[in-house]
Amino acid sequence: MASTIRVRAIASGDTTQVQSLINHPMDSGFVKDSKGQIIPPHHIEVVEFEHAGKVVFTCLWGPAVSKDPYVKFSFKGGKKGDDIKVSWVDNKGQSDSTVAKIQ
Amino acid sequence: MSNEFSDVPDHTRRIILKGAAGLAAFGFTAGALTSAHATADAKAWPADAFKQKSEADALKALYGKSAEASDKVNLDAPEIAENGAVVPIAVATTMPGVTGIAIMVLENPYTLAAAYKIPEGTEASVACRLKMAKTSKVVAIVEAGGKLFSATKEVKVTVGGCGG
Repeated sequence: MASTIRVRAIASGDTTQVQSLINHPMDSGFVKDSKGQIIPPHHIEVVEFEHAGKVVFTCLWGPAVSKDPYVKFSFKGGKKGDDIKVSWVDNKGQSDSTVAKIQ
Repeated sequence: MSNEFSDVPDHTRRIILKGAAGLAAFGFTAGALTSAHATADAKAWPADAFKQKSEADALKALYGKSAEASDKVNLDAPEIAENGAVVPIAVATTMPGVTGIAIMVLENPYTLAAAYKIPEGTEASVACRLKMAKTSKVVAIVEAGGKLFSATKEVKVTVGGCGG
């Protein structure tokens, strides 16, 4: 199974910029399908980014975050070759995680 | 390894282990087991705050206080969003001691769109994409030094992103 998470972390000086894309429908619970049935809410609730055993960023997302969500942030202390771990969990209890190297 | 969970109640520990086993079953390596304590936890999600329908109620549920407007909060959003399903929003501030950033879309069914926790060492700057049902004020909230600061911008939406 391919990972749902694409993450790119680039170190420049003492700052590491992290960009991440996650494949997820992010159904809001307000949209109807072609038969007029409401598509139940299905969205990511929590995303965590971890570097060197420390959580560097936490996203708390509601249904208003776009499909296949994108997020960008920066933190201090990462360097080239370090691992950055990304994990998410959604409102149905599904989850995924991945580990990427800082470039 | 076994004492890693010693500070959590037994039933919580079981849930965590169960989750880790599930992950492993999905094809993850045993490495996932050793770091299972650090994966995203749904219990951290403030369900109540995400159900509120006004800015004041959402702020109260999320932070327990109200915000004051500040020109140090920099909210970057388009004047006109052609597609309400994908509206790029960025929030940044030069304030010190920032611990959190939240984004609210006032005309959406639920006001609160996203909240971010900013630990020490992480920059007070975040960019993401949100859905907007219709033209609405977007409010960026920054939590710094225990206080809340906000910036507001109206975004015109030509095609809504929340309807069917």
